[in-house]
Amino acid sequence: MESEYRFQHRHILGIEELSANDIGFILDTAESFKEISQRPIKKVPTLRGKTVIHLFFEPSTRTRLSFEIAAKRMSADTFNISASTSSARKGETLIDTAKNLTSMNPDIIVIRHSSSGSPHLLAQHINASVINAGDGTHEHPSQSLLDMMTVREKKGKIDGLKIAIIGDISHSRVAHSNIIGFTKMGAQVHVSGPATLIPAGIKQLGAIVCHRVEDAVADADVVMALRIQKERQLDPLLPSLREYATFFGINRTLLKLAKPDAIIMHPGPINRGVEMTFDVADGEQSVIMDQVTNGVAVRMALLYLIMGREER
Amino acid sequence: MNSSPALLLQNARIIDPANNIDEPGDLLIVGGTISQKGKALSISCPDNGLTIDLQGKWLVPGLIDMHVHLREPGEEYKETIASGTKSAAAGGFTAVACMPNTNPVNDNQSVTSLILTKAAAEGSARVYPVGAISKNSKGTELAEYGELKKAGAVAVSDDGRPVENSQLMRRALEYSGNHNLLVISHSEEASLSENGVMNEGALSTRLGLRGVPTVAESIMIYRDLALAKYVERPIHIAHISTRESVDLVRWAKSKGCKVTAETAPHYFSLTEEAVGIYNTRAKMNPPLRSADDLAAIREGLRDGTIDAIATDHAPHSAMEKDVEFDQAANGIIGLETAVPLTLALVRENILSPSRMIELLSTQPARILGVTGGSLAEGYTADITVIDPEKTFVYREEDIVSKSSNSPFLGWEFTGKAVLTIVGGKITYRDL
Repeated sequence: MESEYRFQHRHILGIEELSANDIGFILDTAESFKEISQRPIKKVPTLRGKTVIHLFFEPSTRTRLSFEIAAKRMSADTFNISASTSSARKGETLIDTAKNLTSMNPDIIVIRHSSSGSPHLLAQHINASVINAGDGTHEHPSQSLLDMMTVREKKGKIDGLKIAIIGDISHSRVAHSNIIGFTKMGAQVHVSGPATLIPAGIKQLGAIVCHRVEDAVADADVVMALRIQKERQLDPLLPSLREYATFFGINRTLLKLAKPDAIIMHPGPINRGVEMTFDVADGEQSVIMDQVTNGVAVRMALLYLIMGREER
Repeated sequence: MNSSPALLLQNARIIDPANNIDEPGDLLIVGGTISQKGKALSISCPDNGLTIDLQGKWLVPGLIDMHVHLREPGEEYKETIASGTKSAAAGGFTAVACMPNTNPVNDNQSVTSLILTKAAAEGSARVYPVGAISKNSKGTELAEYGELKKAGAVAVSDDGRPVENSQLMRRALEYSGNHNLLVISHSEEASLSENGVMNEGALSTRLGLRGVPTVAESIMIYRDLALAKYVERPIHIAHISTRESVDLVRWAKSKGCKVTAETAPHYFSLTEEAVGIYNTRAKMNPPLRSADDLAAIREGLRDGTIDAIATDHAPHSAMEKDVEFDQAANGIIGLETAVPLTLALVRENILSPSRMIELLSTQPARILGVTGGSLAEGYTADITVIDPEKTFVYREEDIVSKSSNSPFLGWEFTGKAVLTIVGGKITYRDL
């Protein structure tokens, strides 16, 4: 059975397009790559001669650095285009950008964009593989894969676990990818937060909605807090960050409801004192830094798998 | 226009709901008016006249689309009065009412006159300009209804955007009475729909697109109905798309409110699923809704709650559509697909042929108070012939409109307008 499996995806646009088999295979591959980052010489020749362009229309530090490190450790040539230096400010359309990039024969485009679906649009107009590094409020597949990798590493499995995701579910592409991904892998995802931040129809994605955050956290194996965006004040979603912290922030008392060996996750960057208290973020249950480490391995695996697809 | 030779259309199925007719017959046009109607093959054509044997095809009063965007003046790269009315003729329409959201906005007699002058010179269909409710459609001051009416406007609307200020809407309803202008409402509660790009629900969440809830439409429809009832004025609700909207209109009619309503073919043909993988050709405002809403729209068309089918023909170029979904312009073209899409409801026994013609001709004429909508002898010869069996594939290269932003590209259709006649003159012929 396993010997017949082939990774078939040319693009990584979302977790939605991946099967449980695909996800398991990506995580296996990532685990085997993790060791490369611990070597004194952190470089393998796997993607030598391949061109990877990081096309970032939204500011990002961690994700872009993680992708860039991953590509460089695989020996690919990497180039960064950010919104401030790209033609987007001059009014060039995404399709024109895609056509121009195609003329330079890149192998992989890693794109982050504030419009949901922009990686899909790019993929339709470019002769290269596209990896979605976050599109609007749609998906963030590499983040979800590194989250699943971290959970599998710490818990030995994903199937049968209770995952609690707390916070701004509406505007979080991480939450969307994770709800789909963890559900595909057999976990039960409970979401909670202010009702203003729970989107319509989230149940159809597979999530169980809890009005009381305590119900979501109770007996959870994994507690994941999401970033609250301070800049969304035009839509009256929250009375104040203080009220949010009091009623939805992860603190020691709340955490006692979870399983004793529950792990704490956050996709970063953390608003300390809002989404979780300092002691929880830095406590021994926190695996936030492991997430960052695994991010590089997952991205190396993605680059390898979509490139290796043709050559195998 | 009336110097055209006599035209005998024989052996047709004449469907004329205004006169309760649905029977085989011949129709003779002389001097641009309907001069004689009779049993099939009973009329003979005068000398020099043209005879067309329709072999049982439907002969109906010319279709009237009471809601289109012709884009002229200001956005001639999307559509012009010439190209838009040519598209109308190809779709079987003999008249269109054009919305005022041009550049400049049609909020004054000069723009109205320009539209009518151009339409007379270059048009392939009658054009009825709709003036703006408010100056520049800004929603703060009333436009000059008296002058608009005098110049030829048939109604007022700030279509494309809602009249947010309730007092202004009330005043518009009141003052439009002085000039016998119909108020057409684009009903949308903007604070609920702001930045929304598709129907709100599981699908918008899955695609990560900001949703427009159904209540953004129905809340504003209720306000408009309540105002119209309060000031005892008629009101027409544009492009209704939700079950709640249909229910509200039905309720208002039962209370004696003088309300009429239209829907567009896409709301009874497609659901939000058509958005698929960010297909901007399925993006419009109001957005495509759920299967339940679609069923309610169909029922509203069947039971008479909805009075008219209007296409909301909204041409856009690739520049506005081949972009990120949330950046794409709202709207689709519709003039050339309305007949086959409505015929699909006839084949599903939701509408009778006669009801279809009421929705596409008789009622729009009545609502706007314009000529047409009848095949009575002596009437102006605005006539459409429909072949309900003709099949065709809707291809981009066959589109007559200047724009091709349609979600129906590639569809195999059954039924088509094959002959369009305005004032006795053939404006489109495909037989």
